[in-house]
Amino acid sequence: MSKSNDSGRRDFLKKAVVASSVTVAPGVILHTLQAQAEPRTTPVTDKVRWGMLIDTSKCAEGCKDCVEACNKENGLDLVDKPEGASEELWERQRPHWIRQVKLKDNMTGMLTNLVMMCQHCEHPPCVDVCPTGASFKRVDGIVMVDRHICIGCRYCMMACPYKARSFIHADVAAKLTHTPRGKGCVESCNFCVHRLDNGQTTTACQDACKHQAIVFGDLKDPESPVSKALKKYPSVQIRADLKLNTGVRYTNI
Amino acid sequence: MKKVHFSEWGIESPKYWGILAILGVFVAIAGAAVFYMEHEGHWVTGMTNQIVWGMPHVFAIFLIVAASGALNVASIGSVFEKKLYKPLGRLSGLLAITLLMGGLAVLVLDLGKPDRLLVAMTHYNFKSIFAWNIFLYTGFMVIVAVYLWFMMDRRMTAYYKPAGVTAFVWRIILTTGTGSIFGFLVARQGYDAAIYAPMFVIMSFAYGLAIYILVLLFVSKLDGREVGDKVLYRMKNLLGVFAASVFYFTLVLHIATLYATENHEYEAFILLNGGIYTFLFWFGWIFLGCLLPMALVYHPTIGRTRGGIIAAAVSVILGGFATVYVIVIGGQAFPMAMFPGKTIVASGFFDGVNGQPFLYSPTLAETALGIGGVALVLLLTFIAIRVLQFLPTSLADEAVDPHHAKS
Repeated sequence: MSKSNDSGRRDFLKKAVVASSVTVAPGVILHTLQAQAEPRTTPVTDKVRWGMLIDTSKCAEGCKDCVEACNKENGLDLVDKPEGASEELWERQRPHWIRQVKLKDNMTGMLTNLVMMCQHCEHPPCVDVCPTGASFKRVDGIVMVDRHICIGCRYCMMACPYKARSFIHADVAAKLTHTPRGKGCVESCNFCVHRLDNGQTTTACQDACKHQAIVFGDLKDPESPVSKALKKYPSVQIRADLKLNTGVRYTNI
Repeated sequence: MKKVHFSEWGIESPKYWGILAILGVFVAIAGAAVFYMEHEGHWVTGMTNQIVWGMPHVFAIFLIVAASGALNVASIGSVFEKKLYKPLGRLSGLLAITLLMGGLAVLVLDLGKPDRLLVAMTHYNFKSIFAWNIFLYTGFMVIVAVYLWFMMDRRMTAYYKPAGVTAFVWRIILTTGTGSIFGFLVARQGYDAAIYAPMFVIMSFAYGLAIYILVLLFVSKLDGREVGDKVLYRMKNLLGVFAASVFYFTLVLHIATLYATENHEYEAFILLNGGIYTFLFWFGWIFLGCLLPMALVYHPTIGRTRGGIIAAAVSVILGGFATVYVIVIGGQAFPMAMFPGKTIVASGFFDGVNGQPFLYSPTLAETALGIGGVALVLLLTFIAIRVLQFLPTSLADEAVDPHHAKS
């Protein structure tokens, strides 16, 4: 082999080393920085179970404050109708985390207003059926979806007794950092988990309700407002027959 | 009974390639539909946050159920030692694999994130029947492939029966798993019944056999292979028994459900006032799927004609699609009973106001995906029988009937 060929190979090797360093180094540095960063929060603990009480007698007819606050807080108002989609069909396809429902008693005719959302069951059927474990329950009782491993099969939506989940039917142009969302995944109310993980103790819907129909807090803390209210007033779970031990309870249904 | 020989599908090349091209067009259309749906998102389908599983699931579930049923013909030969069925085993195993492939392709391509298939293969929640099904389905293909190998390789004859038994047991578990997808859904009134699991098994017997009969007659007709009356009559009688069994399970399902007052509204929806679902139940599930094929195959004259038998098989398949549609879509269209004793009079997000069912109209794209799945099944089957010896050279009475000489 000639000398010039050898030096050519050496040059090549040198260049390759430089090139790969330039390519790999930022990743290594980033990785190191990330590893050294302080944890943003302390781990979630099962000493807390987040829950909610909704007083239907206070839930006012025609009021949409909680729904609008939820949409804003979780970026649902940023989900636009795709161009060319039919208005009527899109209304059925767009995501909803919380919705108002008005009931009429079949015998007495009594009307009741309430809001429905994920009931954050202790034994959530959506978690049972999820093939990948994307639908999961945190130790603090919050039921949510890991959007990294959701494959979009929608079996959780088939299993949820409360119709609480939404599938993202279209591309989402704008989204909030604390509530990422992508086409093809399922999502639902997560009790504003980004707030709770940053030390806040209220949800957007609760803050927005000027009628104080929503009380939120730690069900395991006997001194929390929600525990006190639950102790004071008779409350029910929706579909109590399924024995899911929901984290959301209702009074005056 | 003569020794059975097998040969490749010997139709002329232009015809063969022509058939493949036609099927290929349907598969290509389905591919384009998938690209469109995945690129745009599911808003281009008729599926919504109320009807979350639509037309692709109807096709996928039908094909998957039929896949396990198609294996029955082989099982009758190897597990139950019916000599007449032995020559039919190879095509039966092949159809079982191709039907499952077609069904799974449709199912997977409808996922919100089909690109995350690898995630589904690496993350498991074993409380989910879906996770189990991933193993049941892939395992089924492997087991049936081995079964086929032992069936076709003379050196492996000793292991042929154990493989057949394994495949038979596996397929029963598999269809039980598919039925359990619905049986385990406690939330919805249309589901949540253990009978779905055995009913799916019996449905699979009927659909699988109907498809087997049609494919066998079609490929044999095209390259001039004889299918004798003995074989055909045996299969058509069995088809009648299976159609009757589906009818029986349907009766038990609805009578048992009707017994509980809480289900009366759901039953009224399916049986009386559910519009398209009521029509599909009575005309599709009951008439086409059960009564008509029974009448056709047991009719003293029509039941002995090729046309009558083909009509019966087609009827079972059409009825089968209607059945799966009523189960999958009808079960979702009926609003969930969240507030017993109360009527939802207004809702911010479609809760079945005043008991109204949810609307669903499938779009072209999702239907094309389903049809593409069927085309894929046939495409794979025809390629396989062209290159390997799946078809017996003759199924004439004297070739297959052990008692022929005596009669």
